[in-house]
Amino acid sequence: MNPLPVLVGKAARFASRLRGGGSAFPGLVVERLDPGFMGRALSTLPRGVVVVSGTNGKTTTTKMVVELLEGQGLTVFTNRTGSNFTRGVAAALLGEVDWRGRLQADVAVLELDEAHAVHFVKLVPPRYSLLLNVLRDQLDRFGEIDATTRLLERIALATTDTVVLNREDPRVAGLASSITAADVVYFGLDASLRSTFPNDDELRGAAGTAPASALPADVVLASVDGNAASFEVEGTTTRTDLRLRGVYNIFNAAAALAAARAVLGGSADGDRLFSSLAAVEPAFGRGESLVVDGQALELVLVKNPSGFRLGLKSFDPAGCATMIAINDNYADGRDMSWLWDVDFDSLGLGGVDVVSGVRAYDMALRLKYDDVRVGAVEPDTTDALRQFIRGSAGRPKRIFCTYTAMLAVRRELSKITKVEVVS
Amino acid sequence: MSDAPSAAALTGAPADPQKGSLRILQLYPREMNIYGDYGNVLVLKQRLAWRGYGAEILEHNAGDPFPDDVDIIVGGGGQDSGQVVIQEDLQAIAPRLRELAEDGTPMLLICGLYQLFGNSFRTYEGTVIPGIGVLDLETRGGSERLIGNVVATSEEFGEIHGYENHSGQTFLGSGLRPLATVIKGAGNNAGEKHEGARYRNIVASYLHGSLLPKNPAIADYLLRTAAERKFGAFEDDGVDDSLADLARQHAGARPR
Repeated sequence: MNPLPVLVGKAARFASRLRGGGSAFPGLVVERLDPGFMGRALSTLPRGVVVVSGTNGKTTTTKMVVELLEGQGLTVFTNRTGSNFTRGVAAALLGEVDWRGRLQADVAVLELDEAHAVHFVKLVPPRYSLLLNVLRDQLDRFGEIDATTRLLERIALATTDTVVLNREDPRVAGLASSITAADVVYFGLDASLRSTFPNDDELRGAAGTAPASALPADVVLASVDGNAASFEVEGTTTRTDLRLRGVYNIFNAAAALAAARAVLGGSADGDRLFSSLAAVEPAFGRGESLVVDGQALELVLVKNPSGFRLGLKSFDPAGCATMIAINDNYADGRDMSWLWDVDFDSLGLGGVDVVSGVRAYDMALRLKYDDVRVGAVEPDTTDALRQFIRGSAGRPKRIFCTYTAMLAVRRELSKITKVEVVS
Repeated sequence: MSDAPSAAALTGAPADPQKGSLRILQLYPREMNIYGDYGNVLVLKQRLAWRGYGAEILEHNAGDPFPDDVDIIVGGGGQDSGQVVIQEDLQAIAPRLRELAEDGTPMLLICGLYQLFGNSFRTYEGTVIPGIGVLDLETRGGSERLIGNVVATSEEFGEIHGYENHSGQTFLGSGLRPLATVIKGAGNNAGEKHEGARYRNIVASYLHGSLLPKNPAIADYLLRTAAERKFGAFEDDGVDDSLADLARQHAGARPR
């Protein structure tokens, strides 16, 4: 093969990193010069490719699957920057392959955006896929959540070995009926936890559609107790502490365990799986804990009504200063309707200190209708953050933010405090 | 059962017992609530509460008996699959809904129920789904989905702000006025610059976002109409809508 595209791509990667950005651009370069590059590099992996998709929790779950497999001694390639488009995968590959385009790894675990995953699986059929959920974000891209389900179905149908499905999400669990080539395994919740994790159809009033505890699940989240959780695997319940924050991440830990077990087959070391899981740190912006002025500051990413509700439920507002930053850029989702399906009563007692973001006034209006006191509304995130930190001296802080607001907050915070750097 | 706010939790007693309560019915809150339609119900309830009135929130789901005494009806948007689920029940309660509409009951119909309150919906594949004929309009499934921020103007309500996301293209019959003229966005269909429909005391629209929080003039129209019908008057000390005004300004400046 011609090594030139790889070398040009690597040069583009080096150049764009010097300029401090553009994580997908080198991917574009190599895709143009050598459209077969990604497929070739990934097709030689002894344990194949794992695709993680769904509307929510991809980044953290991918990180968990990677660390679970690394804990079992595997060398894992992943797209760690959260650049979850095909081009982002190609760009990440450029950093890892040798000059002949060969990748030294046992397995690849890739987070893929639903729409881009459909293109990816045509180029590289995954051996395993992990499909998390179909929640109500990004309706501005996909129109309906049923349309999002059909994207996940294409991933499932392209999978050659095992598809891991969320038993509690009726749209995801329903994919099982169309899968013929691959095996299907489930992760799920104990019945006692179902009401804690409403699926998208259960947001308002009506009784749940959560299917069938009759479906046997490979891994079941049995109980949650603060940041500890118990998981049931093959009839044995194991309790473990977790560094991850937020109940949604703890449910995704069940997903990651099921996916890792599928990849490892019979060879999994169960104790080590749980010790790896206990050590996983939150991903970029997802329940991250930072320190500002000697006080903890937590960043909680919110993208849709279920996620925001779980975020509010996971983090006790008592004694804590709260800021909310809502943007409506493409990466956040353009449509703000979902804020009206979140119940903000839990913030009623302490109020919200600062509301910010492009849609700050929409958010403030939402809080007004739930009788939640708002200290200040400042659309500019930099000004809002300064105001928030100044006004909350001596108190722990928490910021709920949409994706691009999280990036802006993080950029500002990095001027004030040390923030985890993700390559 | 989720811990979502239930209808019971929303129901508020009047602050001023002299003033009484309005009964607000949300149609199919389960299947037809994809775009924060609950927000419209909450806004009606709170704007009543701020003026000393009570609100009793009722829900009608498929199979439920239709309540007798209703002052305002709110219907939302759903997925195509949700529309299929409620189909039969909607036809069953259609005579009652027609009666209430003709009688002047204020209604807010958004997206999916806006379409189904019309004469028919012809899907892109050619299947004809019958509507309930309250509104003289037809909807045809389109190949292109109309998605994005919308600004429209109406003589009655001034500027209207919202967000649209629909593949159905709606065409009004001769007896029906549009709610507003579109300045930014598509509205009823990709060809005309019309948004929504007005008939008797019905406001129908493709805009969610939710519609009422940022468009308090429409919320108050529904409340005033209902209060005048029930109590003979609407005692309105006004509501501070400065946050809504700012949210409208910012929404209006956002790209499509």
